[in-house]
Amino acid sequence: MKLARDTWLIFQRQLQLLLRNPVWVFVGVFQPVMYLLLFAPLLKPALNAPSQAEAYKIFVPGLLVLLAIFGGLFQGFGLIAELRAGVIERSRVTPVSRLALLLGRSLRDVVSLIVQAVIITLLALLFDLRVFIGDLLLAYLMLALIALMTSAVSYGVALKVKSEDALAPLMNTVAQPVLLLSGILLPLTFAPGWLQGIADWNPFSWAVDGTRALFAGNLGDDKVWQGLSIIAVLAAAGVVWAARQFARSVR
Amino acid sequence: MIETRGLRKSFRSRAGRETKTVEAVRGVDLQVAEGEIFGFLGPNGAGKTTTLRMLATLIEPDGGEATIAGADLRKDPAEVRRRIGYVAQGGSTWDESTAREELVLHARMYGIGKAEAHRRAARALDAFQLSEYADRKCKTYSGGQRRRVEIALGIIHEPKIVFLDEPTTGLDPQSRAHMWDEIRRLRTEGMTVFITTHYLDEADALCDRIAIMDHGEVVAEGTPADLKREISGDVVLLGLDVAATPQAAQLLDSEPYVNKLETADEGGLRLYVDEGATAIPQILRRVDNAGLALSSIELHRPSLDDVFLTKTGRSLRES
Ligand SMILES: Nc1ncnc2c1ncn2[C@@H]1O[C@H](COP(=O)(O)OP(=O)(O)OP(=O)(O)O)[C@@H](O)[C@H]1O
Ligand SMILES: [Mg+2]
Repeated sequence: MKLARDTWLIFQRQLQLLLRNPVWVFVGVFQPVMYLLLFAPLLKPALNAPSQAEAYKIFVPGLLVLLAIFGGLFQGFGLIAELRAGVIERSRVTPVSRLALLLGRSLRDVVSLIVQAVIITLLALLFDLRVFIGDLLLAYLMLALIALMTSAVSYGVALKVKSEDALAPLMNTVAQPVLLLSGILLPLTFAPGWLQGIADWNPFSWAVDGTRALFAGNLGDDKVWQGLSIIAVLAAAGVVWAARQFARSVR
Repeated sequence: MIETRGLRKSFRSRAGRETKTVEAVRGVDLQVAEGEIFGFLGPNGAGKTTTLRMLATLIEPDGGEATIAGADLRKDPAEVRRRIGYVAQGGSTWDESTAREELVLHARMYGIGKAEAHRRAARALDAFQLSEYADRKCKTYSGGQRRRVEIALGIIHEPKIVFLDEPTTGLDPQSRAHMWDEIRRLRTEGMTVFITTHYLDEADALCDRIAIMDHGEVVAEGTPADLKREISGDVVLLGLDVAATPQAAQLLDSEPYVNKLETADEGGLRLYVDEGATAIPQILRRVDNAGLALSSIELHRPSLDDVFLTKTGRSLRES
């Protein structure tokens, strides 16, 4: 009860501050739209897809997962600014739930990601993408879990390293292989065996496969529940770990 | 209200390849009574902030115990948090928020309901003369206005004790005087106030009792007046011409309130007394009765800097 209340409190505050910054709102909407308009037309020939709609079925889920990963991983920067301003320390002297300090922030990130995802989906519908609403909602759940995990991890790391200078290279180093090995931009169907083998160890690869299956309308595909479970477990672990960082002393 | 026993904290810091251990606080015993303004006086790096951060549950002590407003620091930090307010040395407001938003949020983090939080924010804004800027972003505030917001944040939940880490550093003399008034007002409202400072005059004028801290240890504790009296008592300087000096010396040497007497070469006397305020009238009477003419009379009281000097061998102004 207290956790829910405190989380809501922090969430409201963070959302309010986000909306107050029109630049962020604009970038958040503008960027994915650019991907869709400028990158997607290359896809049909590149993927050898029978139609533009088919190409979107492969590309849009990948793009959404990409946004979820990156949207989350770089949230830590905002936290470092808060750390420096003394806002985190000020929160930590109050009895507010430490888990809520994390969850309120991460949920804000999840919500802004879902808003982006909805905009992209709506636009893709204009380009003849078709997907069942039930499948779509499950895909959104997957995205929400990914964003929850990556933003929690980013916050946790930010609290540990406490400086932008350390956070930026760290996050980039993590993000790059994760991205390349997940088949996000192009599916790994044509990848050589060894590359496939490595990708099997990348949880995001499972998440992308699951999301693609959902967009393809294959709700029964094993990849769906596998992807969801893997990401759910990781998200829970990430949240627990990051909340511990909020509880520990930080300066 | 606050009682600490042997509070300790050391930090490990890495400089290049070496790891060095800094003993920031080395066994602090303190007693702070309810309703007093208690001051922590010490030079940079003395360990004031570290002690405060331990008492405010922000860092865990390496050793020692503390009871704060009846709650045990180690066993029940959550309860300590409910009972105290803490205002950090480095500030705690967010540039893009307004004072009102910060106050409401902070009150709500203490579990206060929305309507009540708004009421308290309005009251605090009023009390700290911030109403005019209440809905402007914090980044537009002056240093003094911002500090007032931060102190208002620290007491929005009406704690029994508030810790203020250098509340007046960086303020101009006028804002400082205002801040002293605010702090005294907190005391009249029944709050126990624990401040740190490295200003001698602040410790002297504002604090009921002080502890002088140096290199992680408390080297002296008491009321400013007691601490100074412990040092040497007061000195009364009498201006007399050379001819009259020996007679005056003879006259005053036998007085019971004069602890020691020195004659200056160019005439005049230095009298060491316990309390200048009571000694001076008696001195004047004695000198007057003997028909001696005084050209001047001056009272020198030892300062807290003299106290610091005696205890540490250094002057606070230099360190
Ligand atoms: N997080 C930390 N890591 C390493 N060393 C620290 C840390 N915090 C404080 N110290 C060291 O502990 C000592 C005491 O610092 P502290 O901040 O308590 O001093 P202070 O009395 O508040 O000084 P000032 O008047 O400058 O605020 C200093 O030598 C400082 O460098
Ligand atoms: Mg300090």
